[in-house]
Amino acid sequence: MSDTILELKGVEKYFGEFVAVERINLSVKDGEFFTLVGPSGSGKTTMIRMLVGMDKPSRGDILMSGERVNDVPANRRPTCMVFQSLALFPHKTVGENIEFPLKLRGEARHNRKTRAIELLEQLHLSEAYYSKKISECSGGEKQRVALARALAFDPQILFFDEPLSALDYRLRKTLEKELKDIQRRTGKTFVYITHSLEEAMVMSDRIAIMRKGRIVQVGTPDEIYNSPANGFVAQFMGEVNEFRVSRADPQWLRDLDTEKRYPVPPESSVSEGLLIVRPERMRLLSDSEKADSRFEGVVENQYVLGSRVQYQVRVKDRNLLVEAMIGQPYRVGDSVSLGWDADQSVLIPE
Amino acid sequence: MMNAPGPSSLPKARKDSESVIPMPGSPTRLQAFAGWARQPGVLLSLPALVVFLFGFLGPLLLVILYSFMPARSFGLDHLPTLENFVTVFQDSYYLSFAWSVGLALATTVILMLVCWPVAYGLSRIFRRSMILTLLLVLPLFVSENVRLFGWVLTLLNHGILDGTVRTLFGWEIPNLLYNVPVIILGMVYVYLPFTLFPMALGVSMIPESCREAAFDMGATRWQVFREVEIPLAMPGILIGALLTFVLTLGSISEAKILGGQSVIMIAHDIETAFTYAQNWPLGSALSTLLILLTGVLVIGLLSKLNIDKLLSRK
Repeated sequence: MSDTILELKGVEKYFGEFVAVERINLSVKDGEFFTLVGPSGSGKTTMIRMLVGMDKPSRGDILMSGERVNDVPANRRPTCMVFQSLALFPHKTVGENIEFPLKLRGEARHNRKTRAIELLEQLHLSEAYYSKKISECSGGEKQRVALARALAFDPQILFFDEPLSALDYRLRKTLEKELKDIQRRTGKTFVYITHSLEEAMVMSDRIAIMRKGRIVQVGTPDEIYNSPANGFVAQFMGEVNEFRVSRADPQWLRDLDTEKRYPVPPESSVSEGLLIVRPERMRLLSDSEKADSRFEGVVENQYVLGSRVQYQVRVKDRNLLVEAMIGQPYRVGDSVSLGWDADQSVLIPE
Repeated sequence: MMNAPGPSSLPKARKDSESVIPMPGSPTRLQAFAGWARQPGVLLSLPALVVFLFGFLGPLLLVILYSFMPARSFGLDHLPTLENFVTVFQDSYYLSFAWSVGLALATTVILMLVCWPVAYGLSRIFRRSMILTLLLVLPLFVSENVRLFGWVLTLLNHGILDGTVRTLFGWEIPNLLYNVPVIILGMVYVYLPFTLFPMALGVSMIPESCREAAFDMGATRWQVFREVEIPLAMPGILIGALLTFVLTLGSISEAKILGGQSVIMIAHDIETAFTYAQNWPLGSALSTLLILLTGVLVIGLLSKLNIDKLLSRK
């Protein structure tokens, strides 16, 4: 396909005996915000180092715009990376940092400065930052400078190695949205790696989830959230209610632990596995309300999550999680009914 | 009786306040001094301060004072004069100065070039290799003169090198000793650790990610070197260069032992003035000028360098 800018074919990487990544097949479209998500040790850093050109794959091919780039070193690839540490040059000013890739190309001083100030503006930094030292910038400002420097390089693909992980929550949220905004405005291909699926969800067009050196699922945030490929992906997004089930007949599932029966979620073909109900898809029910599956239990704990509140409800000898808007009348110790409708649950292989 | 507070504590308090009241005159200044002296560190630094004053600054002051005494006098009880400095500038001492500065410069430059790859390897490839560090430091445990005589034995006509080649191949090697290159060789050899270790410290301060980022943005090896590595390692490089230059500027053994008398360094002149010539004031004047030269250089460079930053930054 012509609009595939990056393609990985059977890429594997070994360090001695250790298999860092294996059997990676992936394609990223031009202009896409693509995120690789995985816990530490899942091989995402190895992946990005190979993509940028700082490591070579042990097997398989990496194609950029259709050309094999396995052996092209980082300094001759049309890609650029924003490092986790940002890797800003402490001995250069903000302006000199941004101009660095242009200076390498022998661009005239005047043009460099114009471009640097343009980029500063684009990233909501005033012109005064041009002559500031890096040490005078705050964490968020440094992020922006690092991004400006990468944009000055004008790469075909821009890689990010968890650059936001060291920032506080609010700033991270702001920058996530800004990053997405810049990606849309510039139309560049962004490939981002992070350990936070939440962060990936906010920004990405598509997400690849990695585990132990392999890709577990690739899909839009919607697909990842609503139809996780397996239990690992389902749990990666946050706490979920899980039921080990097997299919009793075409319409019903049997709970392997409690013998309870739940209706089969629509369009599922799995015969045995995990039935997943997210806390926000579970409902607290009044006496008159109906749901496809219903439980009676006692509130054991409540956690306020901001605009929402999460209840941990004890049902026989298991705990279920349910989330609702804040301001519910329930307290710890109250008896409650809760349940879900079949179309709010997902059946996945274990 | 036991815990009657009033009468027993009152006089005591008065006595205390009396003892704090200082002598008439400048009470507040004395109090301030007492307060300053009671800070932690002041008393602890006293022994070092005394040694520094009498063992380091004292002799230096003596040398400077002597340089203003009449030639060949052995006391500080004469009228100050500038005649020694006039002698220095009228005589050919400028030659010794020139040789010292020139050889020191050459040695420093050569050492910069030689040490960079070694420092690079030491701080990045053989990180924490005790054996390598030890091998580099070990020669320092042997007297400089002994090591230089080792070179003499090696390079001498019919010495180790010449003798070996002569026996094995029948070739004759021209005399290698007593010239300027061999003096530089000696200096490079002796002062290598003084350039190397500060430089290795400097190299170890270059963050790997900065190097990679530059490379990622299209920098060639040379551009990474010039734009990232050199500037980031600069504090270490400067300290090493300074140390080496100052030490070689005052060096004497290399020129004497390896160079024979082919080159007279300024330190040699100073030694001669103090010993054979018995002209302490002249030697002092030469020393003062050398101190001045080094001082200007060191202070000039160090003022541009933040040593605290160098040592605290990782």
